[in-house]
Amino acid sequence: MSLIAITEVKKRFGDVEVLKGINLDVERGEVVAIIGKSGSGKSTLLRCVNGLEMIDDGSIMVAGAQLINDDLHLKALRLKVGMIFQQFNLFPHLSAGRNVMLSQMVVKKTPAGEAEAMARRMLERVGLGHKFDAYPDQLSGGQQQRVAIARALSMQPMALLCDEITSALDPELVNEVLAVVKELAADGMTLMMVTHEMRFAREVCDRVVFMHQGRVHEIGPPEEVFGNPRTPELRQFLGAQLVV
Amino acid sequence: MTYRFDYSWIAEYWPVVLKGLVTTVELTLIGTLFGVALGIACAWTRSLGPRWLRPPVVAYVELIRNTPFLIQLFFIFFGLPSLGVQMTEFQAAVLAMVINLGAYSGEIIRAGIEATPRGQFEAGASLAMTRFETFRHVVLIPALQRIWPALSSQIVIVMLGSAVVSQIAAEDITFAANFIQSRTFRAFESYFLTTGLYLLLALALRQALRGVGKMLFPRRAAR
Amino acid sequence: MMTFTLWDILRNLLLAARWTVVLSLVSFIGGGLLGMALLYLRIGKARAGRMFVLGYVELFQGTPLLMQLFLAFFGLGLFGIDVPAWLAAGLALILWTAAFLVEIWRGCVESVARGQWEASASLGMGYVQQMRYVILPQAVRVAVPPTVGFSVQVVKGTALTSIIGFVELSKAGTVVTNATFEPFTVYGLVALIYFALCWPLSKSSQILERKLNVAHRNH
Repeated sequence: MSLIAITEVKKRFGDVEVLKGINLDVERGEVVAIIGKSGSGKSTLLRCVNGLEMIDDGSIMVAGAQLINDDLHLKALRLKVGMIFQQFNLFPHLSAGRNVMLSQMVVKKTPAGEAEAMARRMLERVGLGHKFDAYPDQLSGGQQQRVAIARALSMQPMALLCDEITSALDPELVNEVLAVVKELAADGMTLMMVTHEMRFAREVCDRVVFMHQGRVHEIGPPEEVFGNPRTPELRQFLGAQLVV
Repeated sequence: MTYRFDYSWIAEYWPVVLKGLVTTVELTLIGTLFGVALGIACAWTRSLGPRWLRPPVVAYVELIRNTPFLIQLFFIFFGLPSLGVQMTEFQAAVLAMVINLGAYSGEIIRAGIEATPRGQFEAGASLAMTRFETFRHVVLIPALQRIWPALSSQIVIVMLGSAVVSQIAAEDITFAANFIQSRTFRAFESYFLTTGLYLLLALALRQALRGVGKMLFPRRAAR
Repeated sequence: MMTFTLWDILRNLLLAARWTVVLSLVSFIGGGLLGMALLYLRIGKARAGRMFVLGYVELFQGTPLLMQLFLAFFGLGLFGIDVPAWLAAGLALILWTAAFLVEIWRGCVESVARGQWEASASLGMGYVQQMRYVILPQAVRVAVPPTVGFSVQVVKGTALTSIIGFVELSKAGTVVTNATFEPFTVYGLVALIYFALCWPLSKSSQILERKLNVAHRNH
């Protein structure tokens, strides 16, 4: 059974239907890239999977549990699926280490000592073990995003959702974040990522989803999607990208 | 509670209340007009005007913003005559309101001026306008537009604050309430009713200022 | 007739200024506590609570403080108690202060970026946990400068309690003026004493705000 099962999902904002019936299954350990123009609904889809947006129709199942809009179900879901944001969203009043410890302690009730050990391990894993006491405003964008990844990992999720996690970074900082994601993929983490990094998608992902006007327009392994696009929309989209 | 509310006095005393209402509205209108004008002058001085003029303006603004309106009013009405300046209650009340609003609106408008993108000044200069011409024609209106909501709230605050002019016997709404309660001994009722009047006046003033804003600023300001 | 030296006048005013300080403190602390309770309702999920606070704020920000003082004074009198001026003064000022603080603080809570809510939600935190560990700690930092700034309004607001007969700095000014017939000097001194109380508060509010802005730019 798939880890994440998205079935006929529809979502509208006011009069605009952003998702027009999405079907997508993500297997355990799979790395899926979602590409498409802005406004194609790719970020909305990701946010729906984390319960940040409520779907109007269809269903989303994660590890066999249905996404339902109440506090208890949402919490259960979010313990299974972590999310990384474009704007990092670190808590500015807490040090990097505390950022990683907080949710372990208040959500999972992990004792402080254990939470700290976990935080140090996770920061080490993203190459920032020495920044435990640094505050977000003392870190570069790339470092902040790596702390955010460590923060999500510390909850030991079954899957990570990455919403354009390198889009807010200066070009020279993109690679340090992608390197971390690559390692996660190699370790077998399930990843669903909205990205503009086509080269990265091609190298790392198992499958690529091209979204267009609220629908899954094309889907397949990267060689196929990038090497042999079947629809004119995808061809046009890929043609507009600078580096493929 | 055995207390009986009694509003039978309204029949006899409503002209007093009406007169008070007219006075409060007059005070607010005149005070706002001249107060905002004074505020614009202060804001210009502090952000763009000659340097030697800035310290006195800062002193004025700080002094007014850090003392109670009631004391400013007493100082003007009771204190100034000893220097030979005589004025009526109404004049003293208007003067106090202008001076008070001038200081507050000056600070608010200054924030609006300082939020002006530098390019606006440069564009003005490149068109051979003087600094003052640029201020007058390019900077001022968008600056006022930026801070219009804050300025509107301050005008409402000054209107409500004007209730204390009754203490120098300027015949505003509060004066009417005091007068009625001294004649009828229905203190709670008379203050309750006039408080309601102030509430309506505040709501109306806010609406009116919103309308004025729409009239003055039909377009969106440059950010 | 007795003559008053400048020192006599100043001494009397300073003695009365103690009560201005006490009333300011009581109003600010009491208003702050009530303001917190109102804030809880204002940003909470219950619609009735939000509506109540909305109406409360409208009422107290939309009417003159002087009228609120009169109503407190004569309103408490309706219960048949002989109302001391300090009680009416304290009550009205507390209610009035709370109405302003709750709006200031609500603004601070809403100024916390939406991403903070989303990030903490995605980590599985519930509403109370988000508030307690993520939103409020950030809102409090933003809230300090405007809260200190508003304390100036409270100090100035206490001047109105002289009108219902509470003897503080302004009332002393009137009394001393009536005894000395030197309104220019007396009200000038009264103004200076208020200035000495308020200006340090205004200034520290400005400095705190500047510090906060500098800190924010680094984020």
